[in-house]
Amino acid sequence: MKKPESVIIELAPRFEVGAKSALQNTQLRRNMGKATQTIRGKRASVVDELADWESLRVAGQQIKDEVLQNLDTYLEQLEATVTQAGGQVHWAKDAQEANDIVTRLIRATGSHEIIKVKSLTTDEIRLNEALELAGITAIETDLAELIIQLAHEKSSHILVPAIHKNRSEIRALFQKSMNLPDLTDEPSALAGAARQFLREKFMSVRVATSGANFAIAETGSVCVVESEGNGRMCLTMPEVLISVMGIEKILPRWQDLGVFMQLLPRSSTGERMNPYTTIWTGVHANDGPKEFHLVLLDNGRSDVLADAVGRQTLHCIRCSACINVCPVYERTGGHAYGSVYPGPIGAILTPQLVGTAYADSLPYASSLCGACYDVCPVRINIPEILVHLRGKVVAEKQTKPQSWFDGENVGMKAMALTFAHQRTYELAQRAGQLAQWPFVQDEYIEQGPGPLGKWTAMRDFPAIPAQSFRDWWRERQRDE
Amino acid sequence: MQVALFITCFNDTLFPNTGKAVVSIIERLGHQVIFPEAQTCCGQMHFNTGYQVEAMPLIRRFVEIFSRYEAIVSPSASCVGMVRDMYRYAAEVHQDAQLAQAVALLAERVYEFSEFIINRLGVEDVGAYYPHRVTYHPTCHSIRGIHVGEAPVQLLRAVRGIDYVPLGQASECCGFGGTFAVKNADTSMAMLGDKLRHILDTRAEVCVAADNSCLMHIGGALHRQRSGVRIAHLAEILAAQE
Amino acid sequence: MNNPSRTAMLAKIRAAIHSGTRGAHHESQTSVPYSTQDDGDRVARIALFAHRVAEYKAWVGYCTADGIAVAIAERLTFRGKQRMVIPVDLPAEWLPVDIEFIRDTQLDRTVIAGMDGVLSGAALGIAQTGTIVLDGGKFQGRRMISLLPDYHLCMIHAQDIVGVVPEAFAQLAMMRQTPIQPYTFISGPSATSDIELNRVEGVHGPRTLDVLIVQ
Repeated sequence: MKKPESVIIELAPRFEVGAKSALQNTQLRRNMGKATQTIRGKRASVVDELADWESLRVAGQQIKDEVLQNLDTYLEQLEATVTQAGGQVHWAKDAQEANDIVTRLIRATGSHEIIKVKSLTTDEIRLNEALELAGITAIETDLAELIIQLAHEKSSHILVPAIHKNRSEIRALFQKSMNLPDLTDEPSALAGAARQFLREKFMSVRVATSGANFAIAETGSVCVVESEGNGRMCLTMPEVLISVMGIEKILPRWQDLGVFMQLLPRSSTGERMNPYTTIWTGVHANDGPKEFHLVLLDNGRSDVLADAVGRQTLHCIRCSACINVCPVYERTGGHAYGSVYPGPIGAILTPQLVGTAYADSLPYASSLCGACYDVCPVRINIPEILVHLRGKVVAEKQTKPQSWFDGENVGMKAMALTFAHQRTYELAQRAGQLAQWPFVQDEYIEQGPGPLGKWTAMRDFPAIPAQSFRDWWRERQRDE
Repeated sequence: MQVALFITCFNDTLFPNTGKAVVSIIERLGHQVIFPEAQTCCGQMHFNTGYQVEAMPLIRRFVEIFSRYEAIVSPSASCVGMVRDMYRYAAEVHQDAQLAQAVALLAERVYEFSEFIINRLGVEDVGAYYPHRVTYHPTCHSIRGIHVGEAPVQLLRAVRGIDYVPLGQASECCGFGGTFAVKNADTSMAMLGDKLRHILDTRAEVCVAADNSCLMHIGGALHRQRSGVRIAHLAEILAAQE
Repeated sequence: MNNPSRTAMLAKIRAAIHSGTRGAHHESQTSVPYSTQDDGDRVARIALFAHRVAEYKAWVGYCTADGIAVAIAERLTFRGKQRMVIPVDLPAEWLPVDIEFIRDTQLDRTVIAGMDGVLSGAALGIAQTGTIVLDGGKFQGRRMISLLPDYHLCMIHAQDIVGVVPEAFAQLAMMRQTPIQPYTFISGPSATSDIELNRVEGVHGPRTLDVLIVQ
């Protein structure tokens, strides 16, 4: 059992509880519905363009399977190639160690301010908070991350973190924090305000951190995919660059980028290609930072790797296609998941990183509709993993004596025993037919007793017919 | 041919008319229906809720009861999905090679009702007559789980007298999801709200699907809202005659 | 290497690989390989490239090899650009006379930022996605000069346009130097979709991109 570390948002309630209040937030419902519908449409249109989309998905899955099956070898190879190219590789077994390494590296430069490219991995380890404790200010340079930072909020989507905010909310925020009282809510004006605010930082700050979308073992190259140009700024302008990367982000060969640079843009922003991608290898004289550090982060990933069913979770390239297509996420928003990683991927990754005992409501935050699996560019069978994790949650629950009094546990066990024999099953049918009569009106039960009440709180339940199918069948056999 | 009927526990108990409809259609098409009475439940609800240890006896039992039949048909896409996909997974996780083998052989012979009629029997027109305005909700298990594709709609369109109206945003989940409907009731109802809206927009009298489980959820709300729209299983439409 | 974290991590990973391996999955999946090239129609390819680049709201034009200086002059005059930074190796024959071009001899960043724009070549283009790739090679210079100015005029030779993405990576591998140079993939001017998912051009990086295809 692990302590719930950084990836879980502190004091986040169970999913059902967070969802219930989120569902009542009409602004959120409106923003989310519109946003996810738009992205879904864009994705569908660029994916339909590619006749070989399914082949690319299979290739993506196979490459990732190969990586995970040989992760130690590829990590060692990456270390060698990055080092040969003038970079330095650091190994961090958990969030604490990663933060210590990054803090130490920044301190060595004497800087008290750094610029950041958006990186979920750094959110996962709570890098900003660790740096603040060390007297170092980390400035987010992605527009959405900047919005979230200025609003003192948490991200609600892995790709569009401020998806839950509309333009007038953002204007109000910028007016206040950037001291721009005449700012309009035109998206172009808002973007212009951000540009000016950050330009000065790009020109002067000496240290930057980033994540990494991919790292190529064969060449030691690291790849960052972005839209706004702040990535290019952070990766080019400073003297020192520190990239924090989950160990599963490796690709074996340069050529594999030909697959993933098709899968990622089309799946994430629904574009044929995102505006800017930077691929750099170590340090290069007279072009970019003089010092490059790659921090390889485990933080629970090796535990996911050890799970035969769950391992495929590590295929994830953080595209957010699953999030955008999920009917649950669309209505509850990301905060209800209480984690840096929301939506379908969050529901499977979070419990595996921190232990199912600390995120036991997440595997149930799904109707198993399978829409996520359909769109996952690396073919993660999310529904299967959800069922697998539910098995773990129940097994863990059953090791505790309280489970003897847990209504669901007792009921499910009793039902399984009853249904295991024809005789007891038929007796239970008969019992149901008889016991329901006080509650039935015109062939429906509108206020059911006990556990049925949970159903009838929201919808009517059909009365149990007096004659079951097998009753009818036997009668028919007799009559023949 | 002989066709073994896998009725499913909730159809047996709550929707016997669906079973009767399946029997009448298969017999109408000239085949014999066998009903293995020992059957009870495929274990899907338990398995998908995480009670996988408890589901194993039900899984083994099902395999033992049905293995001897050449063709097994069920009017439940989700239960068929359970047998075809999750039984393999259950055997793998319990490292039971013998069960895995039995499941692999069995899975090929288990059919969802509409795919049985279209793919196995090669029939589109089952001689049905149903003069009502009807819309069809493709359940998640039927389209994304076992990939029945257009089979149900093909069958509906061949029904004489039917006024078939396609459902808007049809492939979106209705929010049932088994125990999800109760454990995450609020989200489930939020999803159902949009599904109901699309159903009502069709002005259909009847909402049809290949799974009574999802229909129970949809129909329960249609009834609660006094919408004047009712639900029916695909088989019941196809069994209707002049 | 004497690094306890490294040793521990690798040991844990090895143990995990061993315990987490699963038998073969029979999932229905295609065995058709993905495409590694387009249909070979060069004229269509160039037209597709131009069309896709234009869809990103970049301007696209054509010129001949001996009409480069004239085309550049036209464009820069239209845009009102008078001081342009260029890579040190950009050919003098490309440069029209009435405009000031300053070669990037490791210029200070504030000087670069003060320029009206940058003129460069490109390593290759990708027709399928409307992408231009810079690899710091011939006529491209270092990354900073195509990043800081607000305007980028990019010259790309038609023969350097490939059809599909995998082809681009194969081509770049063939052109790879030692040490490996940094790459920038550009698909339109900078943009964000963070505000209600409206794509807004121009946050950081050049907000205006003009592309001239040399045939």
